[in-house]
Amino acid sequence: MLEIKGLTATVDGKEILKGIDLVVPQGEVHAIMGPNGSGKSTLSYVLSGREGYEVTGGSATYDGQDLLALAPEERAAAGLFLAFQYPVELPGVGNANFMRTALNAVRRARGEPELDAVQFLKRARAELRRLSMADDMLKRNVNVGFSGGEKKRNEVLQMAILRPKLAILDETDSGLDIDALKIVAEGVNALRGPDFTAVVITHYQRLLDHIVPDRVHVLADGRIIRSGGPELAHALEAGGYASMIAEAA
Amino acid sequence: MNAVAQPSALQVRAQDFLARYEGLKDRLPGDAAVRTAAAAAFARTGLPGPREEAWRYTSLRPLAEIGFREPLGPLADCAALLAGLPAIEGPRLVFVDGRFRADLSAVPSHVTVRTGTPAFGTLARLDEKLVTLNTMLAEDGATIDVAEGIDAGTLLLISLGSGSHSHPVAFHPRHALHLSPGASMTLIEIAMGAGTYLHNPVTSITVDAAATLTHLRIQNESPDAFHLSTVYADVGARGTYDSFALTLGGRLARMEVHAHLHGEKAAAHLNAAQLLGGNQHADFTTVVAHDAPATASRQTVKNVLTGHARGVFQGKIEVARVAQKTDGYQMNQALLLSPDAEIDSKPQLEIYADDVKCSHGATVGDLDPDQLFYLRSRGVAQAEARSILVRAFLSEALDPIVHEEARAAMETAITAWWERQSV
Repeated sequence: MLEIKGLTATVDGKEILKGIDLVVPQGEVHAIMGPNGSGKSTLSYVLSGREGYEVTGGSATYDGQDLLALAPEERAAAGLFLAFQYPVELPGVGNANFMRTALNAVRRARGEPELDAVQFLKRARAELRRLSMADDMLKRNVNVGFSGGEKKRNEVLQMAILRPKLAILDETDSGLDIDALKIVAEGVNALRGPDFTAVVITHYQRLLDHIVPDRVHVLADGRIIRSGGPELAHALEAGGYASMIAEAA
Repeated sequence: MNAVAQPSALQVRAQDFLARYEGLKDRLPGDAAVRTAAAAAFARTGLPGPREEAWRYTSLRPLAEIGFREPLGPLADCAALLAGLPAIEGPRLVFVDGRFRADLSAVPSHVTVRTGTPAFGTLARLDEKLVTLNTMLAEDGATIDVAEGIDAGTLLLISLGSGSHSHPVAFHPRHALHLSPGASMTLIEIAMGAGTYLHNPVTSITVDAAATLTHLRIQNESPDAFHLSTVYADVGARGTYDSFALTLGGRLARMEVHAHLHGEKAAAHLNAAQLLGGNQHADFTTVVAHDAPATASRQTVKNVLTGHARGVFQGKIEVARVAQKTDGYQMNQALLLSPDAEIDSKPQLEIYADDVKCSHGATVGDLDPDQLFYLRSRGVAQAEARSILVRAFLSEALDPIVHEEARAAMETAITAWWERQSV
């Protein structure tokens, strides 16, 4: 269970998160929707531990563990995964090596045996097929020369391989055509189950047609102003953020 | 006001080298006239000093503070150093303290090798002070010839500084390598050692028409050693001099490479990586002379600097009027992993032809925080993430190395270097 209480955070001295309260029970998928600048990406970075985001108050725990006290790699070992809005290119780092290094680092931290190259490739190829990705994706350098859609699929591939317990997907739908969107959504849906909790951050409702959330939260100006069922996303799509924000004010 | 100027440390050291020459000259092998001319030139010019443009960033003062002698005495035992050599198969020429050691060598079958005398050849070059010093004091060297059309495979040229003397020693091996038309060879040069010494090798390389020399170098000298090497590579029509030099060792090091592309479509690749920590100083200086049409040169130089280390890259490209359609590329990149590390980069382009493509560039920076965070967010611990990104930075220079064992040896040396750094 992810539990966020009164979370405030600043970037370059400017307050972006102004008191977030959010509970995502184990096994549920929640969506966070909000206009640009509402603090969606800041929330994802604060939860994953990126430098430059200063937490000024409140707490964020996962299964009772204080996430904010952990280094980014320790959060990953605890089961957290962030699918980046803008996946980072790593020239000179092969995708397969990158993912095996990551997987083995996480497995080591969890006291599980490491996978050798053969075991890893077997697992990676199976996931590739599920995501309709070409095998040569593993041979390329991480995200280098990837199209926008390929980068997002590569994020979902990493998620499928690392099998996190808690995933945060930061605008994973942006820049995707409808076919890629379906593939990405299927990748996420395949992981759904009692041991998989996810926060899906999105600007648009269309992703939520494919990843149907248990709950939808609307983030505006650093606070969650509305929460509801999947129907809330449709209300937003029809009415827009402006009227909902005005209503909440 | 009219006090007699004290000689500088560099002048004292130069006098010292001259005195050693005076004592040794009757016993040194090879062409005495060449030596005499070199000694006369060295007496005039001395060691390179900080006022010379080519030596602005690299001071030989630390070297001048040490009194070197020639390595006399019985054959040094260097079992420990030999055990530390990378596992690369193939014939080898081993020099210990600048002297050929037949007992440690395995002479190749496809090439002609002569040792026991410095390979002066036709190279006089009294304009280069360290080459002049080498010519004056060289005792030994390898003369290697590859006949027309022969693929000579791999040859290792190994230099060990034994560190077994009671005083710092200086040695000045003089090598010459000639590839006849259409010949090819991979020369893997490894320099290692223990203790304080000066290794000042000069190698003249002649690559004839359509011949290819791959020259891979691992400079992993003792942390107290001085490595000052000069390579002259003359490349004929459609010939290629393809070199990569990895610098990890030495207290003060300079590799100078002069490539002369004198035949149409001749090519030179002068790639290098310098990994330096502590108070190390290393300098990679190149001069590429494009002297024929459609010649090409490529230089990718990578620096990884920690501690108080200082790296220098000086790259000069000269394009003669005749050298139309020249293609010259030069890139110097530095990762500064400490606020006290320093890189000096000096590109120099002198272009007298009008139809050429020449470019150069330089980048300096720390590891990219976004890349570090990306790796860490995937569970990779900070230290490992840094190591991965340093490797990635070097991969552009290392990946093109075709010789598997040599590349593996370099990777191993880099890993060992990285583990010695506390970054």
